[in-house]
Amino acid sequence: MDFKLKIWRQASPDDKGKFVDYDVHNISSDASFLEMIDILNDELVEKGEDPVAFDHDCREGICGMCSMFINGHPHGPEAATTTCQLHMRKFKDGETIVIEPWRAKPFPVIKDLIVDRSAFDEIIQAGGYISVTTGGVPDANAIPIKKENADLAMDAAACIGCGACVAACKNASAMLFVSAKVSQFALLPQGKVEAKDRVKAMVAKMDELGFGNCTNTYACEAECPKEISITNIARMNRQFIGAKLG
Amino acid sequence: MTKIDSKIPEGPLAQKWTHYKEHQKLVNPANKRKIDIIVVGTGLAGGAAAASLGEMGFNVKVFCIQDSPRRAHSIAAQGGINAAKNYPNDGDTVYRLFYDTVKGGDYRGREANTYRLAEVSNNIIDQLVAQGVPFAREYSGYLANRSFGGAQVSRTFYARGQTGQQLLLGAYGALSKEIKRGSVKLYTRREMLDLVIMKDGRARGIIVRNLFTGKLERYSAHAVLLATGGYGNLYFLSTNAMTSNGSAAWRAYKRGAWFANPCYVQIHPTCIPVHGDYQSKLTLMSESLRNDGRIWVPKKKEDAEKIRKKEIRPRDIPEEDRDYYLERRYPAFGNLVPRDVASRAAKERCDAGYGVGTGQAVFLDFKEAIARLGKDVIKARYGNLFDMYERITDDNPYETPMMIYPAVHYTMGGLWVDYELQSNIPGLFVGGEANFSDHGANRLGASALMQGLSDGYFILPYTMQNYLADQITVGTIPSDTPEFEQAEKDVQARIEKLMSINGKETVDYFHKKLGRIMWDHAGMARNREGLEEGIKMIQELRKEFWENVRVPGNPNGINIELEKALRVADFLELGELLARDALHREESAGGHFREEYQTPEGEALRNDKDFMYVAAWEYQGDDKEPKLHKEPLVYENIEVKTRNYKTA
Ligand SMILES: Cc1cc2nc3c(=O)[nH]c(=O)nc-3n(C[C@H](O)[C@H](O)[C@H](O)COP(=O)(O)OP(=O)(O)OC[C@H]3O[C@@H](n4cnc5c(N)ncnc54)[C@H](O)[C@@H]3O)c2cc1C
Ligand code: SF4
Ligand code: FES
Repeated sequence: MDFKLKIWRQASPDDKGKFVDYDVHNISSDASFLEMIDILNDELVEKGEDPVAFDHDCREGICGMCSMFINGHPHGPEAATTTCQLHMRKFKDGETIVIEPWRAKPFPVIKDLIVDRSAFDEIIQAGGYISVTTGGVPDANAIPIKKENADLAMDAAACIGCGACVAACKNASAMLFVSAKVSQFALLPQGKVEAKDRVKAMVAKMDELGFGNCTNTYACEAECPKEISITNIARMNRQFIGAKLG
Repeated sequence: MTKIDSKIPEGPLAQKWTHYKEHQKLVNPANKRKIDIIVVGTGLAGGAAAASLGEMGFNVKVFCIQDSPRRAHSIAAQGGINAAKNYPNDGDTVYRLFYDTVKGGDYRGREANTYRLAEVSNNIIDQLVAQGVPFAREYSGYLANRSFGGAQVSRTFYARGQTGQQLLLGAYGALSKEIKRGSVKLYTRREMLDLVIMKDGRARGIIVRNLFTGKLERYSAHAVLLATGGYGNLYFLSTNAMTSNGSAAWRAYKRGAWFANPCYVQIHPTCIPVHGDYQSKLTLMSESLRNDGRIWVPKKKEDAEKIRKKEIRPRDIPEEDRDYYLERRYPAFGNLVPRDVASRAAKERCDAGYGVGTGQAVFLDFKEAIARLGKDVIKARYGNLFDMYERITDDNPYETPMMIYPAVHYTMGGLWVDYELQSNIPGLFVGGEANFSDHGANRLGASALMQGLSDGYFILPYTMQNYLADQITVGTIPSDTPEFEQAEKDVQARIEKLMSINGKETVDYFHKKLGRIMWDHAGMARNREGLEEGIKMIQELRKEFWENVRVPGNPNGINIELEKALRVADFLELGELLARDALHREESAGGHFREEYQTPEGEALRNDKDFMYVAAWEYQGDDKEPKLHKEPLVYENIEVKTRNYKTA
């Protein structure tokens, strides 16, 4: 297959950045999207040019590292899929593909398609954990948990921290990400003790870092590669209001 | 020959660790604040260790290559984590977990370490549940278990197909808590490129490259912990994350740390096969699929050929013309034989001309399971894996059997450590996949996560403290000493050299070539001639690399080609050591199969009389052969037997 690529190139955070056109030829329909860029990069290096910088690691859809906006969608057009799990057979031969980095103020571009997502780590550091220390905990089966709750907690815990929800949102809201972590712990007895402090601290941090508000457009849910549900946002809002009142 | 001191405590096996803890030295809380520790790696081993050491009150600096600790390679583990809880009441005990692990490792692991691993396994599960890890549960509200290859009890805990992710997020939470408290300082997008050893012979610091600015940075500490994962990416195609590499361990080796058993590489039997040269990565299909899937190839070569040419479909082959070769060869374990056995059997069939797909694939068939249990049950058990398979291959595994082939997955070899997980360099500790210690020649499923967390939460925090107890009067370690100066200069020179070659070939070109040599000559089956030839080929390739690699761009900023070049340069050396180790080990054991040493039925043939030892290699200089140290393995508590999966 052949493709025309329009890729955002930006040498550094201060550089203005622009789209550059590239043609790629003879791409196998079984190649993944990132392998297609690998092939382009090989050609660029052979010509002595700077390859396109992008983040990636596991290439299995689980580390949350790969991040690019493809034809108007974070991680491309296929539902519930990360870029590394997107395959070229999902595109038409000869198609023009537009590739950009995540665009959101709290995620500044570092180079080409790489953005800085450390804001997510800061939100977790604000309280996205249970403050247990190592050792001296009770036997695992001393805390029975209803299967339904464990399953719901697992649904929320599936978030890979990729940031697609923020990139998809017109307000750059991080609500889906934050609510997923808040919900995981809110659904488990272990997480209840600190629940109020946790939700307040995480929301405050999210606001402080410049993430926008949620106005219920659901773009986050539609674009989330792990199908994290917006019911988590509702749960978080209840928690947050409860925490403020009491 | 230097005497190897593995520091195994006295006393009966079951009391060794308790005894150690009762007698180890402690650091009082006021003094812990005066001690700095460097942890390299934020996977399960590094993340858990950094969090625990921070909780204790030490000053910890933790480093990773990725943009966040949550993305370390550990996140990709699917299947589960073992522990000897015996919740299902099926006869599990600490001893049995220990025994299975030593046997699974073909009696090439250190008894005391392996026992301790089994002993702390139960604490790990308690810790994880307290952290809010959402493990699978029964309707009763209690934890669920499943079974895994190589074991006859259900001792595996899991969180859907995302166990590694959930465990890592637990450790990441603990780490985040300490970062907020200020006891741990986090350095992301940093790559360690050298180890600094002071005049007194102690490891005291590291040189890292800031991957964002390109600048070299110096960090000093009273002790250094490497938890930098395995070196499987040496083979280019593997199930490892793309940035997994062997450089930190290799740089420590070149500064004097011994590298043990590099030839023990685990090949996982159930991966999606290679289908093109552009391919960058192999995807694992969880081993749990072997609980219900049956593995087969056609009995007749003509049929196999027709399938390869797509003239007939798998379902056109009648039952009597299918060879369920694992069930045929290993009636007691069938499709659940350990990984090394299953992998070799697949290779044997494909080499004999019975392979399907590209010829390098076998079928993993759920037809019978679907008929017996119904599609819904299979979907509930493996739905996400089936979806992943379909996404990658465009084939629907409910209708046609999956195709699988073995792939490089995990490295049992690594830096040599003693019972305290300390290398032969004082002050240099090594945890998780980066050390060699607990799995012997083969790792059973669900045991790597267990080892990473056991090292990180429950072993290193004790043993490092024992070392640090007499360091409290040393004071802050300076980073402007001649040793730091020299190490930084060496790294600088290596970078400048790479940037100046300006040759014709890309880094990936060399990496792929190296991978091919390794797979063909030091892969699933090895022999003397092949290894000798392989070593020559690696040496030639290394020479060509240093004359003809092209690294474009500028070293002062993000330069992904330079990052890769530094790692591949190290792989080109480590690959040779791996082949040398395989050449010297004239026996077959676990993941290491020497074709000259097999039984008439084609099973691995160990030589306990001559090779029951750990092979620890010491660097002697670039043009010199490394020196071999042998640590004898003594089994006092179990009888060493031939592994047998034919009868129970
Ligand atoms: C697909 C897959 C499935 C698996 N499934 C299972 C399973 O079900 N059960 C099981 O028990 N095991 C499983 N494993 C194996 C297991 O995941 C790994 O062995 C284990 O996670 C390794 O953990 P670690 O902490 O030692 O290293 P890693 O998680 O590899 O972490 C290494 C860390 O070191 C850092 N690092 C490396 N080099 C440097 C450097 N030079 N400078 C700075 N930082 C550096 C990295 O950034 C990273 O943070 C699986 C592995 C794979 C690939
Ligand atoms: S909620 Fe979904 S889109 Fe947002 S970070 Fe998590 S996985 Fe990514
Ligand atoms: S590279 Fe890990 S999710 Fe895509």
